[in-house]
Amino acid sequence: MPQNRYKEILQKSQSLFALLLMIVLMTILTDNFFTTGNFWNVLRQISVNLCISVGMTLVILTGGIDLSVGSVLALTGAVTAGLLKNGIAIEPLNILIRYNTFGAVSAGLFLGLILGLFNGVVITRFKVAPFVVTLGMLTIARGLTMLWTGGYPITGLGKFSVIGTGWFLGIPLPVWVTGIVVGIFMIIMRKTRFGRYVYAIGGNEQASHLSGLNVKRVKIIVYAICGLLSAVAAVIVTARLDSAQPNAGISYELDAIAAVVVGGTSLSGGRGSIAGTVLGALIIGVLNNGLVLLNVSPFWQQVVKGFVIIVAVVIDRSNKSE
Amino acid sequence: MNNLEKKDIILEARGVTKKFPGVIALNNVSFKVHRAKVNALIGENGAGKSTLMKIFSGVYQDYEGQILLDGGEVKFTNTRDAQSSSIGIIYQELNLIHNLSIAENIFLGREPLTPFKFIDYNKMYRKTSVLLKELNLDLDPRAPISGLRVGQQQIVEIAKALSLKPKILIMDEPTSAISDEEIATLFKLIKLLTDQGVTIVYISHKMDELFQISDRITVLRDGRVVDSFKTGEVTEDLIIQKMVGRPLKELFPRTHTVSGDEMFKIENCTLVHPTIDGKYTVDHVNFTVNKGEVLGIFGLMGAGRTEMLETIFGLHPNMSSVDVYIDGQKTNITNPSGAIKAGIGFVPEDRKLRGLIMMMNVRDNINLASLKRSEKMGLISEKLEEEYAGQYVEKLKIKTPSLHQKVANLSGGNQQKVILAKWLATNPRILLLDEPTRGIDINAKREIYALIDELVKADMSIVVVSSELPEILGISDRIVVFAEGKKKAEFGREEATEEKIMKAAIP
Ligand SMILES: Nc1ncnc2c1ncn2[C@@H]1O[C@H](COP(=O)(O)OP(=O)(O)OP(=O)(O)O)[C@@H](O)[C@H]1O
Ligand SMILES: [Mg+2]
Repeated sequence: MPQNRYKEILQKSQSLFALLLMIVLMTILTDNFFTTGNFWNVLRQISVNLCISVGMTLVILTGGIDLSVGSVLALTGAVTAGLLKNGIAIEPLNILIRYNTFGAVSAGLFLGLILGLFNGVVITRFKVAPFVVTLGMLTIARGLTMLWTGGYPITGLGKFSVIGTGWFLGIPLPVWVTGIVVGIFMIIMRKTRFGRYVYAIGGNEQASHLSGLNVKRVKIIVYAICGLLSAVAAVIVTARLDSAQPNAGISYELDAIAAVVVGGTSLSGGRGSIAGTVLGALIIGVLNNGLVLLNVSPFWQQVVKGFVIIVAVVIDRSNKSE
Repeated sequence: MNNLEKKDIILEARGVTKKFPGVIALNNVSFKVHRAKVNALIGENGAGKSTLMKIFSGVYQDYEGQILLDGGEVKFTNTRDAQSSSIGIIYQELNLIHNLSIAENIFLGREPLTPFKFIDYNKMYRKTSVLLKELNLDLDPRAPISGLRVGQQQIVEIAKALSLKPKILIMDEPTSAISDEEIATLFKLIKLLTDQGVTIVYISHKMDELFQISDRITVLRDGRVVDSFKTGEVTEDLIIQKMVGRPLKELFPRTHTVSGDEMFKIENCTLVHPTIDGKYTVDHVNFTVNKGEVLGIFGLMGAGRTEMLETIFGLHPNMSSVDVYIDGQKTNITNPSGAIKAGIGFVPEDRKLRGLIMMMNVRDNINLASLKRSEKMGLISEKLEEEYAGQYVEKLKIKTPSLHQKVANLSGGNQQKVILAKWLATNPRILLLDEPTRGIDINAKREIYALIDELVKADMSIVVVSSELPEILGISDRIVVFAEGKKKAEFGREEATEEKIMKAAIP
């Protein structure tokens, strides 16, 4: 095996090492960190962020960014909840369409896909910077959420909430969902042409185009996936709270970006991995959880978290130059 | 060392070894740079020339051995250190910032300031004008780099290095992308500089250049210095033999004969000028290529050859029109993927910008345009990938420690072979090559010529654009000459001469 592969593995295990260090530290410093209950708690907490971060990883690998994930989460969650609870009334015809869980969830996911698709199409067809387009979508989707909910939470969703609170084979359902998402996209990124093309486009768009890759299509799909995965995260959030909050998901884009960069993915595209993002999300999740258990004030939590993000990326970069 | 020699040697590498993961780039290299002389360095791709220069200029700090400047050991901790010791370098790769102007690039990081600490643009533009004039480059200092040809960019790099007024100027293949005229200007300038006492270290794969301007030639092979000569005391053949380790076989191997029918026909290839209304960058060009034929396209820089290849390949669908016939069939090409499906491959002239995904490894670059065949049930099979890539690494003799090496870490010539491999992997019937041997050592050149010969023997049709006359004459079955976007002349292999071609190429 060539030496630079060893180096790669060593670098990857570096963040793993950081994670283990944090776990050991928290175990020593607190009584209830290293318990089964808290273990699942941490995983359940990160499942939402990780789900979004997977989509974000793809977007960032192409050299883009998606700021709209939090708002898309809020809107798709609200639509799912609204359909579930109230259905849709078509007044002129005096019809009320009711939705079961499957129908409502599908509608939410579909909406997420469409919103992401919209981002992708505008970015590629009209050559607008991803930052700008998704910033616009951030506001649009939030506004639509307010319109849809009237600014009030939609609560009491019945059986649906099992998705957020239930267990299957001793593992919480949200962890199942995110685990499956992670698994699928690990395979996609490593083993399919689409995955390879995402890396290629992020590495050198012109050379990719010249090699016959359909750059626009790949990019559009990537944003669509990011929208879809935000909607998947929305299902988890909404189910766990048994309600859709109009201000759900605020600043989730920042958490997702943090997980991605802490996981070693380069913001300029072309380099990074889903596995890295999983580690990144775990590091941030363990940190959040540990700081709460340590009774650190929420204000200080933010400060610490910010520093950890910066330090992680600095270490990562200094490893990679040379 | 006696005193006289001490004065004569301005810069020296003593027992320098530099290792990269899996590669020993320099192996106990000792190299003396003579004051106010043109010290040439030659060697195959990957011999370690650029690495040695990067040690001189402070890019690499972790090496074994010593660097001596004026007889005293120096250890640069960064490139600024080397700069302040008056060592300037023009890197092999272009390092300009595309959206900044020529002047801004030249003075990047040391902009002249007004008394109020604003950038003194007037002064900057004035100084840039002077520099550009010295180099005979007729361009506005305010022009952005993005609008410049590769050759012009190269000259801006030279201007940038000169603006630092170095005592030692390292030039790593400065002429690989510039025209003969520009080369002549550069050589005059080098003469002027050495007369003023500036020391030049000069790297090139072009043998005739070395003999024209160098005072000494040092040959590097596989990270070792094999020999060093005074230029007047050595022959080209000897240099090549030292470089390659054995006498070189015929440079232009030619075993094919054209017998095939017409394979590829271009009619009315037209590309409008991006800014000037009513002007054409490519102006109604027609040509044909037969099965198993090499068509050489010659022209001076800026004649529109690259743009024509791009147009055929579907890179300018909205600004161009062209009728492409393949095997008699009219083929509509609107993008590169369409061109590839039609059986066309295109090796672009700018490796870094358009040819390679630098941070990807050799295997992935080779397979990028033909990844589909490595798929098994929708998933990429690593085994197949390695098999395919491995074949080409072997066939093209790509020098790399493994298939997993990043292409950024390969030497220029081997990068070029990776691009060729990528296109051969698509099994094209027609191959468009834009300056395929730029920056490639003489042995690798020969290998590429032999490969071209072999490919046409297997009935491929190949179009080669080149600015090197000997190359065009050596490999082409037919030669088309371009000037100002138009086809100016066409010669058969037998009737073509340097004079005829040059005469047609000058607008
Ligand atoms: N950053 C790097 N990491 C790993 N290997 C490298 C790196 N830079 C160069 N090498 C390797 O070191 C060797 C020497 O490379 P170098 O660029 O010095 O060759 P060169 O003589 O300048 O070749 P060329 O004529 O193609 O420019 C090559 O085998 C190359 O692959
Ligand atoms: Mg070099």
